[in-house]
Amino acid sequence: MSRTAICPECEAELALAANIMQNELIACPDCGADLEVLSLDPVEVALAPEVEEDWGE
Amino acid sequence: MTLRVGIVGGSGYTGGELLRLLIAHPNAEVTQITSREGAGQYVYTRHPHLRGASKLTFIHPDALEACDLLFLALPHGVAAREIDRYAALAPAIIDLSADFRLNDLAAYQKWYGDAHPAPAWLDRFVYGLPEVRRDQLRGAHYASGVGCNATAVNLAILPLARAGLIERVSAALSVGSSEGGNQPNDGSHHPIRSGAVRTYKPANHRHTAEINMISGVRVDFSVTAIEMVRGVHVVAHVYLSQPVTEKELWKLYRGAYRDEPFIRLVSASTGLHRYPEPRIVAGTNYCDVGFAVDEDDPRHIVVIAALDNLMKGAAGSAVQCLNLMHGFDERAGLTFTGIYP
Repeated sequence: MSRTAICPECEAELALAANIMQNELIACPDCGADLEVLSLDPVEVALAPEVEEDWGE
Repeated sequence: MTLRVGIVGGSGYTGGELLRLLIAHPNAEVTQITSREGAGQYVYTRHPHLRGASKLTFIHPDALEACDLLFLALPHGVAAREIDRYAALAPAIIDLSADFRLNDLAAYQKWYGDAHPAPAWLDRFVYGLPEVRRDQLRGAHYASGVGCNATAVNLAILPLARAGLIERVSAALSVGSSEGGNQPNDGSHHPIRSGAVRTYKPANHRHTAEINMISGVRVDFSVTAIEMVRGVHVVAHVYLSQPVTEKELWKLYRGAYRDEPFIRLVSASTGLHRYPEPRIVAGTNYCDVGFAVDEDDPRHIVVIAALDNLMKGAAGSAVQCLNLMHGFDERAGLTFTGIYP
């Protein structure tokens, strides 16, 4: 079953790949925003954090 | 069906673009192309990029024969004076000059300086911008060209104008040297033109009339010649009757242009080319449009647009009109996507 989501930046309809995974990063085809797939059921995406924190590596 | 096409005034830049586009057109063939000065010469002598692509030679305008459609790529005022002759040669005409763009005789006289030579013909021509006259162009026999600067502004603001949101527009246009045509003058002399940032029309550009006719709003705009051969770049500051968000703008512009084959929304949050640039659309029939909201005053937005003045601003739109007038695929002959870098 195809999954769709709405870009939180420009409200474009996003067609998600069948094998998409939770926490995967995708780009909106319209506005180019980097998005993170927060959950799959229900589908929820949000703007991906840019450089959010020092990972300590 | 292959349409037999003639190009009148084929040695200029828009004539060359028409020939380039129609060489690759699946439903049309250029069978004659005129040039008063170049008669007898191969077309590649004036359009060297078409060497090997066309074996046509220019003919004198007096030698024109009947055909299915004539493109008129002549200086302003010439087509209107001879329109009866051209109409006797072809059942369909697309005129790229300003002669048949305006539907108002007084406006024509105000902006182009003379009384119209063929006023009875004005009503027969459909304004040749498919994004606003698509239904009228289908099956039409006569279409006008479009002004390149006017088209860039019109396509930038049209969704806002249709929504009745505009209170005032102030736009700055940066344009390339090919807008001046292929006849040299003092301003096109290399030491003068090279590196120029020359505002040659700060107010009252004659395309004001076309913008007002199509968008229904008065737009204050200035035109500056810059170091560029092809292209029009618009930065329009638009003051709205109500505040908007970026999402609302996306919805408005997407709704207006979703089905338009040659308008792309370019308003990216990442990447190098976030807003429209003339270089990206050079040689193509695209008009790219982008926008941003002033966070401190959401009634003030900035709309950016870019097109190739010889293409979407002239020959490309004209071929799009040909396609609509004859029921061809609207994209036929116009699928070139440009080059990068």
